[in-house]
Amino acid sequence: MQMKKRAVAVALLTAASVALTGCATTTSTGGSAAAGDCKPSTGKVNLDFTTWIPGIEDVVAVWNKENPDIQVKVQTGPNGNGGTYQNFFNQLKAGNAPDLGQIEYDALPNFRVQDGLTNLAACDGVLDAKKDFVDWTWGQVNFGEEDAVYAIPQDAGPMAMFYRSDLFKANNIEVPTTWAEFATAAVEVRKTGAYITNFSQSDINQFAGFVWQAGGSWFQNDGTDWTVDLAGDTSVKVADYWQDLIDRDLVSTNPPWTDEWNNAYNTGAAWTWNSAAWGANSIASGAPTTAGKWSVALSPQWEEGDNAAGNWGGSSTAVFKGSKHPYEASKFALWLNTSDEALTMLNKAANLYPAAKSGLELPALKEGVPFYGDQAIYDVFAEASAQVSPDFVWGPTMTQVYNDASDGFKAAVSGNGTLTEALNATQKSTIAALTAQAIPVKK
Amino acid sequence: MSTRVDTPIPVRPRRSLAQRMSPPAPGPRESPLARAGALIVMGVFTLYFLVPIWWLLVAATKNRAQFTGTNPLWFADFNLFENIAALLNYRDGVYLKWLLNSALYAGGGALIATVIAGMCGYALAKYRFPGRELLFNVVLGGVLVPATALALPLFLIFSQVSLTNTFWAVFLPSLVSPFGVYLARIYAAASVPDELIEAARLDGAGEVRTFFTVSMKLMFPALITVFLFQFVAIWNNFFLPLIMLRDEALFPVTLGLYAWNSQVNQIPEIRAYVLIGALLSIIPLIIIFLLLQRFWRNGLGAGSVK
Repeated sequence: MQMKKRAVAVALLTAASVALTGCATTTSTGGSAAAGDCKPSTGKVNLDFTTWIPGIEDVVAVWNKENPDIQVKVQTGPNGNGGTYQNFFNQLKAGNAPDLGQIEYDALPNFRVQDGLTNLAACDGVLDAKKDFVDWTWGQVNFGEEDAVYAIPQDAGPMAMFYRSDLFKANNIEVPTTWAEFATAAVEVRKTGAYITNFSQSDINQFAGFVWQAGGSWFQNDGTDWTVDLAGDTSVKVADYWQDLIDRDLVSTNPPWTDEWNNAYNTGAAWTWNSAAWGANSIASGAPTTAGKWSVALSPQWEEGDNAAGNWGGSSTAVFKGSKHPYEASKFALWLNTSDEALTMLNKAANLYPAAKSGLELPALKEGVPFYGDQAIYDVFAEASAQVSPDFVWGPTMTQVYNDASDGFKAAVSGNGTLTEALNATQKSTIAALTAQAIPVKK
Repeated sequence: MSTRVDTPIPVRPRRSLAQRMSPPAPGPRESPLARAGALIVMGVFTLYFLVPIWWLLVAATKNRAQFTGTNPLWFADFNLFENIAALLNYRDGVYLKWLLNSALYAGGGALIATVIAGMCGYALAKYRFPGRELLFNVVLGGVLVPATALALPLFLIFSQVSLTNTFWAVFLPSLVSPFGVYLARIYAAASVPDELIEAARLDGAGEVRTFFTVSMKLMFPALITVFLFQFVAIWNNFFLPLIMLRDEALFPVTLGLYAWNSQVNQIPEIRAYVLIGALLSIIPLIIIFLLLQRFWRNGLGAGSVK
């Protein structure tokens, strides 16, 4: 009996792997973009929603109480790249994907290319919701198509500079407002024995934020073909800038999110961190002895007088292909990501920084934060959010891009090659990866 | 006195006794150098394995400020019990639920898997029927297929019968243990005499009764081994639950901790819970090993000398 089962399993394994290889070649770009029907269902509707935001159950409970006919059930798992995206793809294959899922902006093109998302444009109120969201976040979910909406923006990670105001003041160093000043200040800071910041070798997302701020974009899509531009002029400018700081030993290169990294901030060995709104809590938690000594300013600019900000992170709520209730699902997604009630709860539970314009005015985001000397730091992030360019486009194979670039960056910080060479190598491997998945690439 | 320097100094008293009893010692003799070398290698490996656990234990006793600010390998204020209490209260004690789930998956799964593997191995050892060797070879082939490779096909199969995201999605695949079948067969062949089975039959016992009352007792050490292996394998199996489960209430402790750990960047407070949770989650494994290890040693040694 057992052996029979095992034999059956083995046979099915073979069959399934054949089937899976078959699936991999059927990916397409563009596909049917036309929005289908989006009509209300009759009777009571149950929706599944997979997300890894801790504490979101409480927010959903509020919705369930107010909407007895649209009951949402929360499913959870590790973060997207930790396994949940792969699960979504498995479920799409097996035909049992949830109705709604959390997808970060940088992963949306992957799901779009694999035809896993429902175009919500036909759903009541979705197109009109454009005006409720910070402009660039909407660009992340419609891929520049006028009558398409593939997800509802949830949170954003506009970037600014966290800095140790006490140390800058005590050492008479001006807080830099341009990247040129930042490099000069780095020299001054180094004289005190500390580093102005840490270059995060494996946070490729953060580096993308720098490129984003500098006006670059790593990908473009003209509706059918993808253009890969990981090593374009803007990226190279940013890479050269950081390579120079690394070569002159003006920035430390601790691996991010480790104890050494936290400790560098905790002991004043690193003075600034260019990071996203959600990073406010990371410092507070990683460097608890420095409470009250931090401030937040807009990111240094490439040209004096520019007003540009990058973005790091942020996710959306998407409705998967195959959901029988896109109308109800979109209703819920809009409520979750625009209502003050939900946004306040999400901010409190998981430090989500809203993508909705009204969310930036939440009372909770207007208060002074004790860790930052009672500065109302979210005013700075609200300003930064308005400065993020809508033109940055993510590619369909970001996991591969992150892995390859991070391998190259790690080698570069230990003296093996340069950041630019790493970007060039990633450019090549990315084109190869797209070609291997039969995604059309302009060379 | 000076002549005594050259004689090797016996280190283990038992061996020195044996040497005195039978002067030309049989078997290879170890030089003190080789022995010291072996001890050093073992010492290094022991440290290598124990230091992370020590670090975990120390880290679990610290509060958040001390965690980054103090020596990672020594204690600061002792907050272990406060930390445990905080973990057990976090999100209505979901961690306890995960521990319980792990115990159910691993305990129940290993128990049934052991019975099935024992019966199967016994049948292969003691009954002659056509295709016996073929079946056995197929099972042996199963030993070679890593569980990870089966997870995705299993997911697609379970999707067909709408059993994903249920208790059964993790429990059912845990019930098979090809290695257990192999071990049970080898052990049954060596330790259950045919004459005994014959005698039981003559006394009027049915085959099933013979198995449960006579043969199973003789195979006990092997069954304990199978149980331990399977228990540890299920307890540590992470990939299958990751693919199958979405409902937090069904997670085993490994998946739950992994999910928390993946959220540390955004919710740094969780980090403390991951550490304490990891520490607590190894305790059941330690207990079960201490309780069952003497059987285990018997089981592994059995059949090695014929």
